[in-house]
Order: sequence, then structure tokens, then C-alpha cells
Amino acid sequence: MAELLLELRNLRKSFGGLVVTDDVSLDLRQGEIHALIGPNGAGKTTLIHQISGTLAPDSGHVIFAGEEVTRLSMARRARRGLARSFQITSIVAGFSAIENVALAVQARSGSSFRFFRPVGTEASLNGQAMEALAEVGLEHRAAAPAAVLSHGEKRQLELAIALAMQPRLLLLDEPLVGTGAEEAERLIRILGGLRARYGILLIEHDMPAVFALADRISVLAQGRVIATGTKDEIRANPIVRDAYLGEEEA
Amino acid sequence: MNATLLFVQALNGLQFGILLFLIAAGLTLVFGVMDFINLAHGVQYMVGAYLGATLAAWTGSFWLGLLLTLPATLGFGLLLEFLVFRHFYDRDHLSQVLATFGVILFLNEGVRVVFGTAPLQMPMPELLSGGVTVMDGLLYPTYRIAILAVGLATAGLLWFLVERTRAGMLVRAGASNAPMVSALGVDIRRLFMLVFGFGAMLAGFAGALATPILSVEPGMGDTPLILAFVVIVIGGIGSIRGAFLGALLVGLVETLGRGLMPDLMRLVMDPSAARQTGAALASMLVYIVMAAILTFRPAGLFPARR
Amino acid sequence: MRWRETAVPLAIFLALAAAPFLGFGQGHSLTLLARAMIFGMAAISLSLIVGGAGLISLGHAAMLGVGAYAVVVLDHARITEAWMVIPIAIAASAAFAAVTGAIAIRTSGVHFIMITLAFGQMAFFATSSLAIYGGDDGYTLYSRTELFGSRALEGRLFFHFTCLALLILCWGLVQALLLSRFGRVLRAISENETRARAVGFEPYRYRLVAYAIAGAIGGLAGVLLANGTEFVAPAYLTWQRSGDLLFMVILGGTAGPHGALMGALAFILIEEWLAHLTEHWRLIFGPLLILCVYFLRGGIAGLPRRG
Repeated sequence: MAELLLELRNLRKSFGGLVVTDDVSLDLRQGEIHALIGPNGAGKTTLIHQISGTLAPDSGHVIFAGEEVTRLSMARRARRGLARSFQITSIVAGFSAIENVALAVQARSGSSFRFFRPVGTEASLNGQAMEALAEVGLEHRAAAPAAVLSHGEKRQLELAIALAMQPRLLLLDEPLVGTGAEEAERLIRILGGLRARYGILLIEHDMPAVFALADRISVLAQGRVIATGTKDEIRANPIVRDAYLGEEEA
Repeated sequence: MNATLLFVQALNGLQFGILLFLIAAGLTLVFGVMDFINLAHGVQYMVGAYLGATLAAWTGSFWLGLLLTLPATLGFGLLLEFLVFRHFYDRDHLSQVLATFGVILFLNEGVRVVFGTAPLQMPMPELLSGGVTVMDGLLYPTYRIAILAVGLATAGLLWFLVERTRAGMLVRAGASNAPMVSALGVDIRRLFMLVFGFGAMLAGFAGALATPILSVEPGMGDTPLILAFVVIVIGGIGSIRGAFLGALLVGLVETLGRGLMPDLMRLVMDPSAARQTGAALASMLVYIVMAAILTFRPAGLFPARR
Repeated sequence: MRWRETAVPLAIFLALAAAPFLGFGQGHSLTLLARAMIFGMAAISLSLIVGGAGLISLGHAAMLGVGAYAVVVLDHARITEAWMVIPIAIAASAAFAAVTGAIAIRTSGVHFIMITLAFGQMAFFATSSLAIYGGDDGYTLYSRTELFGSRALEGRLFFHFTCLALLILCWGLVQALLLSRFGRVLRAISENETRARAVGFEPYRYRLVAYAIAGAIGGLAGVLLANGTEFVAPAYLTWQRSGDLLFMVILGGTAGPHGALMGALAFILIEEWLAHLTEHWRLIFGPLLILCVYFLRGGIAGLPRRG
């Protein structure tokens, strides 16, 4: 069996009286796409925040590649190989596409306390950034300012940034949201191609995409995991049908 | 330094803290409710002092002057809000800092043109010019005790307004979630104006109240402004309770530090060096306390819930 | 836009180099120009914090003040050699920036503004209470800083060109810094902090280093300020001076050091011109400042972009 990459043990988080993550335990293996589905407000993004380090859980453990990272900062987790995309695209709008990606390459290659050499001339940073852009099919837009990219292209760029970090685990928060049919299809193809090299935790509302990509699916409702299983198991699960899939199909 | 002197210093410190609170309260509310950073809050204190002095001279009565200062500073605050501040509510903090800095330059100079550079001295109102025996053989000026009492009463009134009235509830709600209050159908602009005018009035009142014990001069609002910033940073921005406790702390540290530091230094060095080092340390003490507090609690002692 | 980042500063440097030979060689003009160049350096260093790191400091005058007072302390001990004075002054202001920055940078936004203001004020009061260095009244230097024992800096022209050379150096340094690996991280942090964290950068360290570098350059400007007037007083550290510096940066535009340079020159010239008109020039300057902030969103450097 493939190596255990991510393990969540009894995570709990509440805001005031509202419990948003309720005793969540979950695991993810190398080479696996594990999809996290559930209605809006189920606490999916909050969970991603706790895995990536934006939010600290009230209790429980986040174990990444055998190491407890629950109390580490977001930046430290990133350097250990945990990359994430954001539900609302987060890029440096004032940078060109390639500079956005090169920033991520830079974070893992050598010190960034270098003060004099123009960074734009560092061939190795640019080369690796270009490779990541090519992987998501955005190399022709490398020089464009990130701000002028289309929505779908920004999603691709964000994915390229994550890949450029050479992570072990990708946390993708609704990568398809707001993309057109054609762009979505391309992103699904790209994601499918990534499966072998990374573990991927995927939050997505697009059910056909989820069922096309995921190896396993967990269903989250009101902060709790109500089911985890293969596609067929989830499809057949009556609780899930009631709680979630049913209303989607209705 | 003996116990009596220490006691006097502590009283002075509390009284200074109370004045600081009156300034800081408006500042923290304006910031908490409107997310607006107003450097010109200190000149409103100065304007209050000048208006108080002028109105007292004009009416021939300190009390009437003090009373008239309230509507006058309220009006002045609203005028500034109308002319300048409201145009910067939607702008970033940097623009707000600079725009209100421009107001300071203008008003400090304006006061100089109108009243001259020489400090005005206000006579103590006769009724309170004496002293009160607070301890065996210790006469403490009545007026300073009056400041303490008036300040505490104002703090109580403010607490009541903010915690127990509908307008206060809106202010508190606005401090944590302005769009929400706006969605409830409250005219947020009017609420802003109200808070602004009220804050200006409190600062102006503090200025007028201080006229008999401080010299009234251009730029007199600058140091209290910065100390008020220290107060609300220590207390937690947007929190009245934090401002109150922060103000008392800053008042005490500032006053006691100046009194005690040189003596403390004398324990470890010769008198002349002790006087110098003590004075230098005393003037830095408030900021060192602030730094220490922020090191452990970056959001201040009583951060308002956001 | 790229050409403006270098063309405008180069034109300004050329003009400053030629100025003494084009009828601006008298004492008063040279003093004014030196002042403009020194504040240009200070504004450039502040722009590294404001534009580069996205932090609004209202205590930058203290950096100049620490540099200037380092000159005073050394002068009092009769140490005037530039190779001693300049490194010590720069180290002192960088250390001051590092210590105060270590606390201030833990916070952000309006907290940062107030804390830098408070630390600036702390430095002001500390210098005011230093009786051996004149306290409130300030301190007159025994002599200007010397270069290998020579009193070359006392020559008006020599001083002018020293200021110019150091100004160019600072501008080039900050420009290079912003284009380096470090600068890229800094720019990314100021524009989208979450993104920078998500790829693995801890903003705190980069901001602190930028703050200390800005402090060091500010200290160098302070050395020149002390030498230009041969007099140092706590008035150099007032928070109004910090406000002036911030205004210079905004007036010019925060897009890079060229903006700060233009802003500083414009500021000094406007100030000089208004002070000629009336003793109460601040009555005009204050409202002018408000109008500039209201209308000039991108600063002077952003002007031709409009319309």
C-alpha cells in the first residue's frame, strides 16, 4: 500500500458557539485523489485552512508525512511540501504570470536574502517556472501581467504555483469554480495527469468532475465526516444520498 | 522620596490618566467604528483649550466657558468632519494619516496666527482654587481633585451611553461589523458623524478642563495625541474599557516614572549621572511599557471583538 | 513605465550635478539643494518600507535622528573621521530600527502606524533629556566629519557632490534591492501576504530586514544632515518630521525609489517657495497636503498615466 501522506486525527474547531469542524479524522495516501464533498457551510474550506496552517484547530492533530505539523506556521508547512490553492484565486496581481510561479520556485531553492543580483535574470528560477507553466498549459501567457489573465487562466496559474513548489500534497479548494466548460475540461485533464506524483485533497462541487477524478470520497456535513469510501460506496450510501447527493440530483 | 510625595505623584498620575482617557475614548471609538485613523484628534484637544479660554474670558466665567465649550467643540468637530474627514473614510490608512496630518499643520499654525505664540495662562476658578487636606499635613489642590471627579463621572456616563443605550449598541455593533449595521437600515454616515462629533467634544472638553493647570499654546495637542495612541494600543483598539485602564496606566507610569526614576538611579550611580539617566529613562518608560505589553499581547490588553 | 524609473532619476541627478555651475552656486541655493538631497535619501529609505514592504511608518525621523546623534556622541568624544563616524552611525540606526522593528512588525496596519509613532517619540524624548549633548537646545558640532583627516567636507562644492554621490548610491541600492530575490519576496508580501505565506515565506523576517536596511540608509542621511548644519537638535526627531517624510513618499508615489526622490525634491521646493511668501506658510501647506492626498492617488510619478 502507498505511503500515508496526510492524517487528520480528531480535529475540532469552533467559532464562538458554532462548531465548524467536529471530530474530523481523515487520511490520504501518496498517489491518491481524495475528494471532499458536502453542502455549502459544511466546513470544507475551514478544514483546508487547518491543514494548510491558516487556522489553528482547537484540538486534534495534523500529521503530514509522518510528522506532526499541527502547530507549524503556514510557511513552514509549505516548505515541507504542502501546497494549496484558494477558493478565491490568490495570486500576486502586480507580477507577471511567470514571476508568480518563479516566486514559488525561489521559496524552495536557496536563500531569498540575496540583495543585489536582479532576480529576473536567474535562469534556473525562470526555467523551472516555465516548466510548471507548461504543465498547466499556460506557457504562452508567461509574460502577461497576472491581473489581465482570464478567470480560468488564473486558476491554471494558481495550480502552476502549487506545482512549482514541488509539493508532496496538493490541497485544492474548488479549482473548477467559475471556469467555463472548456477550461474546466482542461483542468480536469491536468489534474488527472498529476495523480501519480502527488497526493491530492480536492474540494469540489462539480460532481461529474469529482466522480471522474477521485479515488476516494469523504462527505462532510455540519463539520462532521458522515461517510468515507470509494466512488461506488459513496454513490450507494443512503445517508449520503439523503444528506447531499439527493438534493443535487433533485 | 517619601510616602506623602509618592501619594501626591500617584494622584497627579491618575488625574493625567483621566485627561488622557477623555482624549483616547474618542480616538478609539472613531477608529473602532469607522476604521479611520485621526491624527487631528490632538488638535481638537488644543482647540478645546483655546475655545475654553476664550469663552471664559468672553463670558467672564470659567464655568460658563467650560459649558459653552461643549457645543463649540462639537460644532467644530462636525465642521472638520464635513470639510475634510468624510472624504477620506473610504481611503486607505496612509491617506487618512496624511490628510489629518495636514489638518494638524493648518490648525497649529492657525492658532498661532489668531492667538500668537505666547502661552495663555488661565486663572484657577475661585471656587476650586484652594486645597483639600487629603492626609495629615498634605494639602492637595482642589481643582485637580475636581478633574479626577469630573473625569470619572464622564467615564461612567460614557460607559452608560455605549453599553446601555440604543445608539451605544449601534456604535458597538458598528465597531465589529459596519456593513451589518448598515444592512439593518441604520444610516451609517450619520452614526459616523455622531461618533466623530462626540469624540471631538470629549477631547475639547478635556482641553478646556486642563486650561487652569496647563499652559495653552500652539502644538499642545501633539504630545497628548501620541500618548493617547499609546493608550489605545495598550488597551486594545476600539475598546472603551481598554482605553480607560490604558489611560490610567500610562498616566501613572508617566508621572511616577518622572518622580521616581532619578531616585532609583541614584542607588546605582552618582547623583548627577543618576539625574540624567533617570530623566532619560523616565521619558522612555511609557514606550518601554508599551513595547513590553505588545511583545506579549500584540492586540493590546482588551482587544474589542472583531 | 519602465523608462521613467531610471530616466527621471538620471535627469534629476544630472540637473543636481550641473546646478552649482548654472547660477545655483551661492550659499543659500547650495544649502537648499543639500537639504533636498538629504531628504531625498531619507524618503527613498522610507519608500522601501512603505512601497516595498507595505508598512506605514510614522517614526522614520528617528532613524535620521539616531544617525545624527551618533555623529554628536562621537564628536563629543572628538572622533570625527568619516571611516569611523559613518559605519558607527549606520550601525546605530540599523540597530535602533531592528530593535523597534522587531516589536512593531509583529503588528500591522494601524497598530504599526501608532507603534512606530510612539517609538519615534521615545527617541525624541530620549534625546531631549541628554543634557550633556545640549538637551532641548541641541548640540553644535566642533567640526564636520573628516575624510582621512582632511576637512574636505567643509568645502561647499565638495559637500554638494558628496551628498549627490550618496544620494545616487542609495537610489541605486534600493532600486537593486527591489529587483533582487529579496525585493521580489518583499513586493509579493506587500501585495498578497497570504500568497507569500502559502509558497513558504515568513513575512516577518523579510519585513524586519527591510526595516533595518531603511533604518541604515536613514542613519546615513542623518550623518549628512548633522554635517550640513553642523548642528543637531531633538527637533530633527519630531513626529512632524516623520509626517513630512511620509508625505514626500506619497507626493512622489510609492511605486519605487524614483517616486520618493521626486516627492522629496518637490516637497523641499514647495516648502521653500511658500516660506518665502509668508511666515505662516503652513496655513497654505496643510490644505495643500490634504488636496494632494485627495487628488494625487499615484503620486507625481503616476501623473502622466491619468486621462
